[in-house]
Amino acid sequence: MTTKTNTTNTPKKLIVGWFSFTCSEDSTILLTEILNDMHDDLKQLVEFRYFKALKSKNELRDLDVAFIEGAISSESQAKRARTIRENAKYVVAIGACACTGMPSASRNKFVAQDITEEIGWYMKKFNYNDKVKKLADVIKVDDMVHGCPMNKVKFLETLFKYLQLFGVVEKEN
Amino acid sequence: MHSGDITIESISKIEGSAGIKVVIENNKVTDLKFYINDYRRFYSQTVKGTPITAVPAFLSRICGTCSVAHLFASLETIEKAQGITITEQTKLIRRLAYNALMIRDHALHLYFFVLPDILGLDSILDIPDDGDDLGHILLHDSFDIKKLGTDLSEATIGAAIHAPLPTIGGMLRNPDPQKFPELIDRLEAVRPQVLRGIQTFYDWQESLVRDSDYIYLRNDKQFDFLEGNIVISGGPAIPEAEFMNFLKTVVIPYSESKGYLISKTKEDYLVGALARINFNKDLLHKRTVKDTKKYLGVFPSDNVYHNNLAQAIEILQCVDDAIDILKTIKITEEKPVTAPVRAGTGVGVVEAPRGVLYHMAKIDASGKIEDYDVIVPTSQNQINIERDLKHYFNENLDKPEKELKLNAEKIIRAYDPCMSCATNFLKIDWIRV
Repeated sequence: MTTKTNTTNTPKKLIVGWFSFTCSEDSTILLTEILNDMHDDLKQLVEFRYFKALKSKNELRDLDVAFIEGAISSESQAKRARTIRENAKYVVAIGACACTGMPSASRNKFVAQDITEEIGWYMKKFNYNDKVKKLADVIKVDDMVHGCPMNKVKFLETLFKYLQLFGVVEKEN
Repeated sequence: MHSGDITIESISKIEGSAGIKVVIENNKVTDLKFYINDYRRFYSQTVKGTPITAVPAFLSRICGTCSVAHLFASLETIEKAQGITITEQTKLIRRLAYNALMIRDHALHLYFFVLPDILGLDSILDIPDDGDDLGHILLHDSFDIKKLGTDLSEATIGAAIHAPLPTIGGMLRNPDPQKFPELIDRLEAVRPQVLRGIQTFYDWQESLVRDSDYIYLRNDKQFDFLEGNIVISGGPAIPEAEFMNFLKTVVIPYSESKGYLISKTKEDYLVGALARINFNKDLLHKRTVKDTKKYLGVFPSDNVYHNNLAQAIEILQCVDDAIDILKTIKITEEKPVTAPVRAGTGVGVVEAPRGVLYHMAKIDASGKIEDYDVIVPTSQNQINIERDLKHYFNENLDKPEKELKLNAEKIIRAYDPCMSCATNFLKIDWIRV
């Protein structure tokens, strides 16, 4: 598929947020690797309005797309996910933990004797949910990019889909 | 002068989630809490009952950026428990892959997280699109350096993140030597860019000096991240299996990660590139030494910001070591070394990019995990970071709050902490708080 960029006077950018919950953040790392090749192009097409791994001045408002990696371990994380959902037109679940819960949700399989005194203390002290949830258990998810880390090709296809949807790039016939 | 609280709820440009809360009364810091608030995944419990063959790949999921460190530590742990001795070829392939890890991991930290502090910017995303701008040049250097690390990883172990080819006893598939000449050329070509980075971190005049102990791995034969004995600040060599005897675990009730002190002195300590260069710079590659003589004069140093410079020098060390290995290694089609499954305990200690990483596995006679423990660098640095921050705030309370917050973040970033790692394991001598 070939594209041309929007040719209005002020180039439109896709307004994006990148968020992490419970996971190894491998998809964030993979995104930083994608930037090795695509930083200059993406900078013309995408405004990273929220990306805590790369910037401290972040804003959670009027996002076109929120990319969310990681599973949901607590009610405070669920609340945060709902806030992101309210401030984004679309939400994409990124990577295995967001899409399926696993492997972060491994503790869901624990039987009673696996919840040792130490584990129980941490879960209570820091208000863990009994079960770790995938993102779609908490908020509406519009797209998913599976993989551990995320599948790079699928991610770029998904990003491209939204670049087209918001008129940042146009399809060429 | 300040009084009241200063809070940074979520520190940016680090891996994972952490914050600090400072209480100031009568121009003195009365309380400072550095807390890690990534949720735990309890992988130590999860792997119990798991067949050993599945464990290293699973545990590489502890961390996205240093997954190779966890993978290799876990492989070493299980191999020791099973009495498996890997071949010299496998050792070299792992060393090569580890050089690749250090190149890309250090470059991510130095250029994506720290460089904006040097440039006075918030983010690499704010660096001007001007080919003559130093920030632009360094950022594009970093793309070349990181990509080379990634490509070297892919050529040796199949991927940079959660590599599929290393297995217990060796490799599922050996590297293709036809890819080596191009990698050698690129490694040679990237040296001037790496040296430009070293100069940049050398020129950065930030300083926070606080006396501290250091723990690191030392192999008297060569600068090594994978093999050696553990040493505390130039003291006697400690075999890997005895490491835990020298540590005291500390429950930090406001943090999701536990901390560690040296058991004998009850003092905090630092692990990471600063510890390694402070005490192992005599072992660096000859070519690295030749080209970094001026910068190596800085070490030994107790300035935590020199952890950045030490990482930059380690990138060059890894480039030079990788060139040597790629030029000399002869790949033969060997299979992984195997041994009959047996009960046993193994300890594997490696230098992760952020410092000493300890894995311990107890395995039953059927080849399943009975017990597993991991001690990660960021947990070990946690108390040190907190005490550095306390020192910094007490010395600088005359400064505006904005500056205090920014510098607190810079100090934390200098350690290159990884919260994803720090909250994965839970094995403590339980002390009720």
